[in-house]
Amino acid sequence: MTDATPAPQQADDILALAAQWRAAGEQVAVATVTETWGSSPRRAGSQLAVTVSGKMAGSVSGGCIEGAVADAAMKTIQTGVPQLLDFGITNERAWEVGLACGGKLKVFVEKLA
Amino acid sequence: MTPDLLAALTAARAAKRPVVVATRLPSGEQMLLPSPDAGPELAAAAARALDRDESDTVKLADGAWFLHVFNPPQRLVVVGAVHIAQALVPMAAQLGLNVIVVDPRGSFATAERFPNVTIMTDWPDEAMDALVPDARTAVVTLTHDPKLDDPALDRALRSRAFYIGALGSRKTHAARLKRLRELGHGEEALARIRGPVGLDLEAVTAPEIALSILAEFVAVRRNAPLATKTAAKAAA
Repeated sequence: MTDATPAPQQADDILALAAQWRAAGEQVAVATVTETWGSSPRRAGSQLAVTVSGKMAGSVSGGCIEGAVADAAMKTIQTGVPQLLDFGITNERAWEVGLACGGKLKVFVEKLA
Repeated sequence: MTPDLLAALTAARAAKRPVVVATRLPSGEQMLLPSPDAGPELAAAAARALDRDESDTVKLADGAWFLHVFNPPQRLVVVGAVHIAQALVPMAAQLGLNVIVVDPRGSFATAERFPNVTIMTDWPDEAMDALVPDARTAVVTLTHDPKLDDPALDRALRSRAFYIGALGSRKTHAARLKRLRELGHGEEALARIRGPVGLDLEAVTAPEIALSILAEFVAVRRNAPLATKTAAKAAA
């Protein structure tokens, strides 16, 4: 058996990518979908990684709330305090950022220390 | 996430150990499971999440926990380092599969034709014995050569592989089933083989055939109604 290196990078392995960024000295936050209701496009466990320098990878929705999550991530990077965000059609903030799918979801945002 | 937890998680994933990151909500306190420090209720919930392969938030007696499942990637064993395999392998990697290409014909199974995947040039039965297909393994045979396909299918049928596909026309497949019957496989076992493999897209080119195979694989992986429809096609 010949084991070729490097192993193929999984297209959806956001955490591994975030860890690489962190190891390279970036300030990184990771957002993870923890719970969904209705027609949320990304299931629990889906991740979005962002850096202070402006890198972004992955997704927690179909693109509707990534902007708001990235803003929250910047705050978590500054304070070190994790946040549990709630997005849904009854949520004013979601209207603001436009959760067009009509789904509801919770997103946990944490800093990679 | 603390550097210690991230390091432990990265090590577990590199070693292909199934683990769960449990996060207490909303405080964010975290723990890697399985762990001797976990309470029995949390340990049991994590084991269930791994088994279902689904991350989710659970409400336990001590509050809400998000259980993030990190199972090792599913494996795809491709028997036959042929032209269709060259299209199939990179697409399968995109789907998060750990791909192993098996072909004893050294001129087919080259790193040049298949960069960045594990290549085995053993005979398919020996390769399958070494790989020990489990319930997170899929097997697809592409050689059209009974000498190579049959031993691989024989071993796949003796395993818990969750997806078994064989390339070839209906006529070829009927002949294949006859040979496998002679090896002692019953009808229930034979019905596990998806043949002709893939969703019926009228695929013509190698990438189209690869796409039809992976489309069927996704239907099976996600338990879609299409998955049962395609299983019935073999019997029809």
